[in-house]
Amino acid sequence: MDQPIIRLTGVCKSYGDNEVVKDLNLEIMPGEFLTILGPSGCGKTTTLRMIAGFEEVTKGQVFLAGVDVADKKPYERDVNTVFQNYALFPHMNVFKNVAFGLVEQRIPKAEIKERVQAALKLVRLEGMDNRMPSQMSGGQKQRVAIARALVLKPKVLLLDEPLGALDLKLRKQMQHELKHLQQELGITFVYVTHDQEEALTMSDRIAVMNAGVMEQLGAPEQIYNHPATRFVADFIGESNIMEAYVDSITESGIKCVMEFGDFTIRRGDYADEEMLYICVRPENLRFTAEPVAGFNLFGKIKEHIFMGSICKTIVKLPNDQEVFRTAPPSDGLLPMDSVVHLSWRPTECSILRTKEEQIYNVIESSVEMEGFDARQIL
Amino acid sequence: MADIDAKIQAKKRRNRLLFNSAAITYGSLIYLFLYLPILIVILFSFNTSRMNLTFQGFTFDWWGSMFSNRTLLESFYNSIIVAGASTILSVIIGTLGAVGMYKFEFKLKSVLSNSLYIPIAIPEIVFGISLLMFFSSLHVQTGMVTMIIAHVTFSMPFVLITVRARIAGHDRALEEAAKDLGAGESHTFFRVTLPCIMPGIISGGMLALTLSLDDVIISAFTNGPDAKTLPIKILELSRRGVPPDAYALSTLMIIGTVVIMLSSQLVQNRMLKKRGEETVSP
Ligand SMILES: Nc1ncnc2c1ncn2[C@@H]1O[C@H](COP(=O)(O)OP(=O)(O)OP(=O)(O)O)[C@@H](O)[C@H]1O
Ligand SMILES: [Mg+2]
Repeated sequence: MDQPIIRLTGVCKSYGDNEVVKDLNLEIMPGEFLTILGPSGCGKTTTLRMIAGFEEVTKGQVFLAGVDVADKKPYERDVNTVFQNYALFPHMNVFKNVAFGLVEQRIPKAEIKERVQAALKLVRLEGMDNRMPSQMSGGQKQRVAIARALVLKPKVLLLDEPLGALDLKLRKQMQHELKHLQQELGITFVYVTHDQEEALTMSDRIAVMNAGVMEQLGAPEQIYNHPATRFVADFIGESNIMEAYVDSITESGIKCVMEFGDFTIRRGDYADEEMLYICVRPENLRFTAEPVAGFNLFGKIKEHIFMGSICKTIVKLPNDQEVFRTAPPSDGLLPMDSVVHLSWRPTECSILRTKEEQIYNVIESSVEMEGFDARQIL
Repeated sequence: MADIDAKIQAKKRRNRLLFNSAAITYGSLIYLFLYLPILIVILFSFNTSRMNLTFQGFTFDWWGSMFSNRTLLESFYNSIIVAGASTILSVIIGTLGAVGMYKFEFKLKSVLSNSLYIPIAIPEIVFGISLLMFFSSLHVQTGMVTMIIAHVTFSMPFVLITVRARIAGHDRALEEAAKDLGAGESHTFFRVTLPCIMPGIISGGMLALTLSLDDVIISAFTNGPDAKTLPIKILELSRRGVPPDAYALSTLMIIGTVVIMLSSQLVQNRMLKKRGEETVSP
């Protein structure tokens, strides 16, 4: 196995008393597409800036290709950045912007010309050499910013919400182009976004951050199917989250009791009386007219909502909580107000312990203060 | 009906005409008031009469004799040297000051920044006297050097404030981008920061130049017996009646100033236009 090209060990960052990144440990492998995902203000930009060298770490170490870069200035680090708002030099045309780094390296003029042309071709901006940044659209500026970084052939490219300012269609198109570029050139991408869909479609691995803490690190499928904390379950995709506690552990299984029923899981090292969170994705939740073995949960159909290719069915539980299922629309819709039984496959639900929940409660209040309520996603 | 309409139209047209001619007269009067004195100076530099009260005939004599009037020419050169040197110095000091205040946080920054307005707000005569007292307490003979220093002290704050206004709208990410692309501190400054704030530096420099060329009061306190600027010299001469070759020289200076102003504005506008910013009007 190669050694990680970026390694963060116990990295902390504080502004005065405000700790914005807490004990971050992260290893990024060469050629990997790693996304840092999290809500606004969770410390994503700060993390990137510590890797690039614009921000000193308060505690911990940053290694680039195995070397501790604590006392290396940004211009001595072998990483390049695509800034959140492009940061193109307004007094230089496209050619000069892209050539900036090459001029610093004192590369001969002819070679600069060649490499700049190649970089512009890569981002499909051929013939735009003489345009000034002020004469370009957001998407074009963004591609200039990418070309300006790529032309130096960095081993690592840090991208801070590079598509944030673009409209949906252009964003989708650029996502595709960026991913393609990354694979073609074999560059390590550290990509920051707060758009979970973007993260899921583009990344090899995702680091989910919340309030300065990395809550989970894993492949998109893993993050989506097996969220490690309630925050992740809530933030990535949609989830039905129900509270339960362990009632009795027997040979045949573990009985979990909810306010309005119970169900049995086969295995798991849970303690007696332990509080749990049961997270089921809407596409995995099942509503049936007949009870399913192992489940004793039911509710009333409240609403069917057609959403084109899928249909959303909302069920009200006896404790007034609403859960929902999404499925392709079918003819056999259960009638309104009919009682349905809830169930799911054991492999398709995530059971989270309340230990994490305690962390989550703390985080939740800080998230809410910023006008963001994670539960609104539900 | 049509008749009434036509009458109304005619009346409207008449009113508009009246308004337009009033506006034109008003505007012309303002400009006449502003530029007539200057035009008179230019006109009288071609006057055959030495008595300058009436225009008697056209001549180029004064433009010729101007070049043999040693004391006058010398003061003209002095003016240019003082203006040039003080402008360069105040541009350098003012720009570095503005950049420093932008880049660094330090104690008493707001005190320092507010105290910039003191030399601007203080009456010039007080400023002149205090500079004279300062130089004489150090036993420094007043002359070209003291005049240059004096001009730097009053024009530098203008440069600093102009450049600082320009920097305020500057995106710090640009410096970070430059460093990210491998530029060290000095390259970052010369390749990115300086070009970005150049329009502000040019404005500030022009301000410093015109302030220095204009100045009478402070120069009056800090000049030396054989180091006088043109305004000072003309003021001295005017007690005995201004010689027409001074008019010629003044005309030359007016033309020079206008040319410098216009060309600097041209350069500035070209820069701003390229960056898609609003241009300054002359
Ligand atoms: N220079 C600074 N001084 C003090 N606090 C700061 C500074 N920079 C960032 N912070 C704080 O650190 C926290 C994390 O900021 P950061 O910019 O890393 O967020 P982010 O995850 O990139 O958010 P966004 O998605 O909105 O860009 C925020 O609460 C912010 O207020
Ligand atoms: Mg950010």
